[in-house]
Amino acid sequence: MALLTKKDVSLISDPLADNNPITIQVLGICSALAITAELKASIVMAIAVMFVLGLGNVVISLMRNIIPGKIRIIVQLVVVAALVIVVDQVLKAFAYELSKTLSVFVGLIITNCIIMGRFEAFALANGPWRSFLDGIGNSLGYGAILVIVGFIRELLGSGTLLGYKVLGDPITKTGLYATGYENNGFMIIPPAALIVIGIIIWVQRSRNLALIEDN
Amino acid sequence: MLEYIELFFRSIFIDNMIFATFLGMCSYLAVSKKVTTAVGLGAAVIFVLGVTVPLNWLLDQYILRDGALAWLGPEYADYNLGFLSFILFIATIATMVQLVEIVVEKFSPALYNSLGIFLPLIAVNCAILGGSLFMQSRDIQSFGLALNYGISSGIGWFLAILTIAAIREKIRYSNVPPPLRGLGITFIITGLMGIGFQSFGGMLTGGDDAVSPAETTAEVPTEIEDSTAEAKVFLTRDDAISTKGNANTGTTTARKHPPLSQVNGHDQKVEKELAKKEKEVSYNDAINK
Repeated sequence: MALLTKKDVSLISDPLADNNPITIQVLGICSALAITAELKASIVMAIAVMFVLGLGNVVISLMRNIIPGKIRIIVQLVVVAALVIVVDQVLKAFAYELSKTLSVFVGLIITNCIIMGRFEAFALANGPWRSFLDGIGNSLGYGAILVIVGFIRELLGSGTLLGYKVLGDPITKTGLYATGYENNGFMIIPPAALIVIGIIIWVQRSRNLALIEDN
Repeated sequence: MLEYIELFFRSIFIDNMIFATFLGMCSYLAVSKKVTTAVGLGAAVIFVLGVTVPLNWLLDQYILRDGALAWLGPEYADYNLGFLSFILFIATIATMVQLVEIVVEKFSPALYNSLGIFLPLIAVNCAILGGSLFMQSRDIQSFGLALNYGISSGIGWFLAILTIAAIREKIRYSNVPPPLRGLGITFIITGLMGIGFQSFGGMLTGGDDAVSPAETTAEVPTEIEDSTAEAKVFLTRDDAISTKGNANTGTTTARKHPPLSQVNGHDQKVEKELAKKEKEVSYNDAINK
């Protein structure tokens, strides 16, 4: 049995573009908007979701034949909550500053619609290896959008990337700031994420006309 | 009393669950196509938040906080069960939503039918868990305040989904470019509404740009006569941290700090307000000439 058949590769590549969890499936929006003011926070959140979704998919898939139908949601919630507690404790131990920036949004991974959505749609009906790939694929798609939005917002809003000043120093007016350029304060406030994602959706649907909604 | 009013308006307008912290966006986007369904879901969210936030406050106070287990016996005082917050909160929420569903089905089948699938879906709505987590991280001090916070956050969410549903119903007759139709334009409109709601940020600072100068000037003189401690509630929560010594974590948006001279020099404030009103009157005369 081949380890990565063509269908398996499509499990990873589809969510990156045509079946993107954020822009097409409309899942996982909450955290995509709130923490993307910094690129570092976006990357860490994407990795956290990858861990929770990948492992969670595998666990649910392994248990799929023993979970009674009536308490399905509760079992899923317990699995996700346990994994998120692990992620939260690891973050608090190894990256305390970042865990303060992410604050409650690490906990909100529990209710992140992508996770429950993929459990219901895929893990409950497929084997563990394919569920793992599906989890990785969807979290990569989610992470891609997060990184794009975080990149744009941090670069335009603070002139830094991952904390490093890439456009020059705004206080001593070196680099780009010498020409009179100023940081765009609008990109830091929360509504900017909504508008940036709206534009990403616009670009994506212009390139792939099949995704356009009818009224 | 003033704490309650401040928390109430702050949670609805300044820390609005949708526009400031984006909690509950998935169901917000999915259910906002018609005003009637939006109203139903909004009401359900208010009810569930009003029930679960106080309950989780009790859990937090007596089990989860650092040293909270002291009521069991002095040897338990150094246990910190904070890491169990997520799982206990979500368990409470899932149970309460199930209970609410059973009660609604028994006492009001019409309401149950109109809510349909939304009631069970509320259990996994980020807004509900987010309400409890923010209640925990912002260190809400009493049961009454927790109840207040739950209901007012729900009202804020309800306001947001109601307005976007009303707007979406009207956009159907506009000329939106095809790639933006549906999801894209909703995102952009929500962003614009978020920018609009940011203007409420000056509402509770008690500074020069206070939206309602009438009520603050009316109350400031009497309050200060009673005690300066009372007047301090007019300061922002950030100022209140230094004066009351609470371990509050402030909200994420930047807050203007009113000068402390306002607490002592309420005469200056009243004079400032009168001067502003005089300026307004003369401007009106000028444009009406």
